[in-house]
Amino acid sequence: MDQSVREPPTGVWPAGLTRVPYWVYRDPEVARDEQTRIFEGSAWHYLCLEIDVPAVGDYRTTSMGAMPVVVVRTEDGEVVAFENRCAHRGSLICLDDGGRVKDFQCVYHAWRYDLRGNLTSIAFRRGINGQGGMPDDFRMEAHGPRKLRTAVLCGLVFGTLAVDGPDLESTIGPEVLVRLKRVLHKKVEVIGRFTQHMPCNWKLYMENVRDTYHASLLHTFFTTFRITRLSQGGGVMVGENGVAHASTTLAGAKGPDDSYAGMRADNQGFQLRDPSFLEAVAEFNDNINLQILSVFPGFILQQIHNALAVRQIVPRGVDSMDLHWTYLGFADDTPELRAMRLKQGNLAGPAGFVSMEDGAVGGFVQRGIAAADRETSVVEMGGATADTAETRATEASVRGFWKAWRAGMGV
Amino acid sequence: MLMEIAALSGACAAAIDSGRFEDWPGFFLDRCLYKVTTADNYEKGYQAGLIYADSRAMLVDRIAALREANIYERQRYRHIVGMPAIVDEADGVVAVETSFLVVRTMRDGEMMIFAAGVYLDKVRRDAAGAWRYAERIVVCDSQRFDTLLAIPL
Repeated sequence: MDQSVREPPTGVWPAGLTRVPYWVYRDPEVARDEQTRIFEGSAWHYLCLEIDVPAVGDYRTTSMGAMPVVVVRTEDGEVVAFENRCAHRGSLICLDDGGRVKDFQCVYHAWRYDLRGNLTSIAFRRGINGQGGMPDDFRMEAHGPRKLRTAVLCGLVFGTLAVDGPDLESTIGPEVLVRLKRVLHKKVEVIGRFTQHMPCNWKLYMENVRDTYHASLLHTFFTTFRITRLSQGGGVMVGENGVAHASTTLAGAKGPDDSYAGMRADNQGFQLRDPSFLEAVAEFNDNINLQILSVFPGFILQQIHNALAVRQIVPRGVDSMDLHWTYLGFADDTPELRAMRLKQGNLAGPAGFVSMEDGAVGGFVQRGIAAADRETSVVEMGGATADTAETRATEASVRGFWKAWRAGMGV
Repeated sequence: MLMEIAALSGACAAAIDSGRFEDWPGFFLDRCLYKVTTADNYEKGYQAGLIYADSRAMLVDRIAALREANIYERQRYRHIVGMPAIVDEADGVVAVETSFLVVRTMRDGEMMIFAAGVYLDKVRRDAAGAWRYAERIVVCDSQRFDTLLAIPL
C-alpha cells in the first residue's frame, strides 16, 4: 500500500476517490476545519421549510454545523437568515424553536435587532443621568450577527455564508434538480418532527444515505418485500461536482428473483399479517416507488412510497450527530392518502422497518475504526468515478460525496 | 377497576422488559391504535408517529420484524410505570394516563434513560372480559431518540 496513506492523523489524502482514510471521521482538527470551510464556507445548507415561517415576523431556529442560525420572514415577505448570536456578548438571540415577533431582543442586555438582524437599539446607550453608556463614536451599523445569503427552492430554505459563488440551483445541478422538483411540486404540510441522535461522525451517516449498495443488504425488510432490490430497475445520479445525488428504485417485478439467494437479507419465509401499510399510490405519476436525494453536506429528501420526509444532519462533535426528521404530507392530501402516509411512516425514521439500522451502522463503523487511523476504507464498487449510473450496485455516489468534501476542504 | 387497569399496564411492561415480545400484542384489541410520538408533536397536533399501528396484526408484524428482519444491538428495557390516573369513563371505555420511565441497557452494560413520558390509554374489556388497550398513545417528553427505537415502549 502507498506509504503516504499511513500518515496519521491528517496525512496526504490517497489518490483518487476509492480510498477514505479513517482519521477523517475521528480527528477533532478535521471537525474544526469542516466547521470553517464547509459549514461556514462555500456550501449551501438546508435551514428549514418555507412554511415554518409563513408570515411576517415568523422565525425558526436551526443551525449550520455548530453555528446557531435564525430564519425569519421580513416585512417585505423575504426569507432571511442570520447567526443566532447577539453582537454584544454572544448570547443566543432566540431561545425557542420558533415563534412570531415584531423584532428581536437579546435577553441578556436587551440589545434589539430588526427582522433582518440589524442592530437597532442598545439599552442605556446614553447611560443614566449622564453617566455610563456607550462611547459616542460607537456605530451600531458596524455590529450585528453574521448574515446569510438565502435561497428558497421548492419550499425549502437554504443558506450560506459565502457571499459570492454559485447559486443553489446550479450547485445542485440540472439532473438532480428535476428529481427534487418531482417530489416537492406543491405545498407541503408538516405531519411530524423527530430527532435521532447517532453515535457517529456526521460523514458516516451521509455516506450511508449515498450508499445505494447497502440498502437491500442491511435492510432485510426492503429486500423481502421487494420495496427495493438492486435487481429492480433504477439508478443513481450524481451531480458533476458531487454535491447532489438522487437514487431511484422502480416498482418491482413480481416474478421469481434469485439474485439474493442465500444472503441474510433474503428472508422469503417472512410474511406480514397486516400488509395494508405497504399499500401505496403512485402520486408522482411515474413508476418510481423510492427516491432518496441529498445535497452536500447535510440535506436529504426521502420518498419511500408515500412516506415523505426531509432530514437535516447536525454534527454534535467528532463522533456524535443529530438527524432532524420532518415528516411531510401535502396540504391537499385526501384523508385516505394522509392515512397511508401515517402507516408508511413505519418504514422510515428512528423506528423505521427499513431505516432503523441506519441509525446504528454509523456507530458500528465509528467503534470499528477506533484504532484504524492508519487504515482506509474501500469504496470501489462500480469503479473509481463518481458518475451517474444505471445501476445501484455502485458506490459512485459515495465517491461523489468525497469529491464535494475534498473540494470544500481544499484537500 | 383501577387495580385491574394498573395490572394490565404492569403486565404489558413486564412482557417487554423480560423479552416476551410475542406476548405484547395480546394486551391490545384486534382493532386498536398504538402510536409513539412526542409531547411537542402531540401539542402541535402532528399526526405522524415513530411507530403507528392501527391493528393488533401490525403490532404482531413489528415483533416479527424485530425477530426476523431488523438489525440492532442486544439491549433490554426496564419500564418504571406509575399508577394510572383515570381521566374519563364512558360506554365501557376508560381513559387513563400513566407516567413511564424506560432505562435502556446495552450489551456492553451502558445504561441510559432512554425515554420518559406518559401513556394516554383507552382501555375496555374484550369479549372474554379482560381489560385490553383500544388505544395507547405513547407521548415521550423528549423529541430526541438515541440511535434507534427497536423494542416498543
